[in-house]
Amino acid sequence: MRKCSIQALDTVFETIAEAAVLYLPVDGDNGASYKKWEKGTVMSNALNTVRSPKDFFFPQSENLMEFRTSGKTIEVIDKREEKEDFVVFGVRACDVKSFDILDRVFLNEPCDSYYADRREHGTIVSMACTRPVETCFCQTFGIDASNPAGDLSCWKTETDVYFQANTEKGEKLLAAIAGVTEESDDTAVKAQQEKTREIMKKLPLADLTTEGFGAGKTAELFNAPEWKELSQSCLGCGTCTFVCPTCQCYDIKDFKTGKGVIRFRCWDSCMYSDFTKMAHGNPRLSQLERFRQRFMHKLVYYPENNDGVYSCVGCGRCLAKCPISMNIVKVMRTIGGKADE
Amino acid sequence: MQKVTGELLINKALELLDNGTVNRVLGWKRGEFAYDMTPAVFADAEELKNNFVFNDFCGANFSKYLIAETRKEGKVLVFLKPCDSYSFNQLLTEHRFDREKVYAVGIPCEGMVDISKVKKAAGDGILDIVCENDGLVVKTLYDTDKVIDCKEVLAERCVSCKSRKCVAYDELLGENGDVLDSSRFDEVEKLEKMTEDERYAFWQNELSRCIRCNACRDVCPACTCEKCVFDNPDSGVENKAVSDSFEEKMFHIIRAFHVAGRCTDCGECSRVCPQHIPLHLLNRKFIKDINEFYGDYQAGAEVGSRAPLVNYTVDDLEPSEAVQKGDADNA
Ligand code: SF4
Ligand code: SF4
Ligand code: SF4
Ligand code: SF4
Repeated sequence: MRKCSIQALDTVFETIAEAAVLYLPVDGDNGASYKKWEKGTVMSNALNTVRSPKDFFFPQSENLMEFRTSGKTIEVIDKREEKEDFVVFGVRACDVKSFDILDRVFLNEPCDSYYADRREHGTIVSMACTRPVETCFCQTFGIDASNPAGDLSCWKTETDVYFQANTEKGEKLLAAIAGVTEESDDTAVKAQQEKTREIMKKLPLADLTTEGFGAGKTAELFNAPEWKELSQSCLGCGTCTFVCPTCQCYDIKDFKTGKGVIRFRCWDSCMYSDFTKMAHGNPRLSQLERFRQRFMHKLVYYPENNDGVYSCVGCGRCLAKCPISMNIVKVMRTIGGKADE
Repeated sequence: MQKVTGELLINKALELLDNGTVNRVLGWKRGEFAYDMTPAVFADAEELKNNFVFNDFCGANFSKYLIAETRKEGKVLVFLKPCDSYSFNQLLTEHRFDREKVYAVGIPCEGMVDISKVKKAAGDGILDIVCENDGLVVKTLYDTDKVIDCKEVLAERCVSCKSRKCVAYDELLGENGDVLDSSRFDEVEKLEKMTEDERYAFWQNELSRCIRCNACRDVCPACTCEKCVFDNPDSGVENKAVSDSFEEKMFHIIRAFHVAGRCTDCGECSRVCPQHIPLHLLNRKFIKDINEFYGDYQAGAEVGSRAPLVNYTVDDLEPSEAVQKGDADNA
């Protein structure tokens, strides 16, 4: 483990930015968002960004290819942009975990080369949480907010910042900032972790469990009568899916340019009426079916196909942003194993 | 803080369920925290007693839900705050639901609280909020309890509330208020005073945050098309993400035009926007222009009124008078 003083953090940023594009959370009037670091940029202390960092690997829209016709020939042009190395600094434990969940979808055969390209060029520096809020429930999914994963893990105390490399990329980055950091033991980090874990126990959602969900629960939960009540006021707006770090559905569409066609993909939402529309129509005709899909996917289908891993990380964004305050926690409380205590 | 209590509303609902006037009730259902109520339909007394709430966090406007609710069997009870009652009338004007299938109870409102303002004022990790007199006692994870004046954390639309008067109801709880002389056009005036470049930069900054979730449209009581063009793959403009930086502006400008003269300024769009984009400013600009060009008009003030934009009178302004050409205002 290495450390530097809080004052030296700017020099750390400067050093990182010499070799790669550096992004970090920056405060704005309406919450924090990831911004490119430039000299003088101040890192936000906010617990989390309004939009999740999934954009770095899976942007809301991206051009895939272009078709240009001339005479009887069609030219197919790869629209992939040259990727530069980049570092995302300050990612919370929940969001770091979300990358694993996206990886299982995009890096499995057939591997999504657009996503893989970005993953290869990106290095994740996580930041341990010290002040979780009421909407946080990462612990429900076994995530330790005080011990975030990532290529390089970070802990910020009142006076210092501690670094621990977890991967080769992390080692490389740590070596790059060796000049501005020094060796350190982990006493301060251990103390901070203990404190954070105590706070986690006091969170209002600390008792929420995944009991009643997971692989093999489809038959039992699919026709649960509670879906009706849970979905009855859902607007189908898709806000929950767009702010969610693990929602991964997309649509591929063609845009006519006049000279040809640009094929792009953009985020889609299972909450939308034209989602998975096929030649015969749409398989999910009611909002109940669409609503159920989102939660069944996160809590039953995904674990079924992915060794029991749930595809929610408990970041709480959907809790804070749904216009009608309906969310995965309310779904779990209503149809899952009722929390005993 | 609200003068009508949840208890009063529950008793009213129980009475109307009991005497058979209605068979279900639209209301705000208790959430996980002190501030996350969900609109819900209550069909039985037990459910009502246990989970119905009414307090400073019950901002959701139920008018639009009546379109779906009135397609069901029996009569539904709806509680309308003054601003909701304008949407209610506007929907009736547009023949969007069957009035016979609704029993409307008007309720006075002292203004709703914006939870993001509470979070800013009280700090992170809200564990509980108790409404007391004119204040909120906020209990947090990291700080001592804070008492916040409700006025300091009112939602924007409530700070510049246009009317405390319920304009539609079968029955009124408490006393009706008045149409107010509000400050709602102040921000619009500021925008009008900007140069074109400044105004462009202002909207660029705001609208570039849009994630096209469409929550603003989906919550809007004036947006009730069975199939929005932006959802229709056959329309050619359907999009879930912006294809260029102008796209999100186009969506918002088209939407603002589409609801012009029909928007009651209920403020739901700005309330629900996850990116805190001040969408109400677009709508208020239209309202202000309509007022100035055609005389004061409030959508939803009564049922059946003809909005100036869909009406013709010989005194109407000529289009050339309404449009300021080029940079006339900068000259
Ligand atoms: S659950 Fe909430 S955020 Fe998600 S689509 Fe429904 S209303 Fe929108
Ligand atoms: S479902 Fe909600 S809490 Fe879970 S990861 Fe997505 S946004 Fe976060
Ligand atoms: S959900 Fe957990 S990891 Fe994420 S911000 Fe909250 S405490 Fe940190
Ligand atoms: S609610 Fe906000 S973010 Fe969503 S589409 Fe409307 S303006 Fe954009």
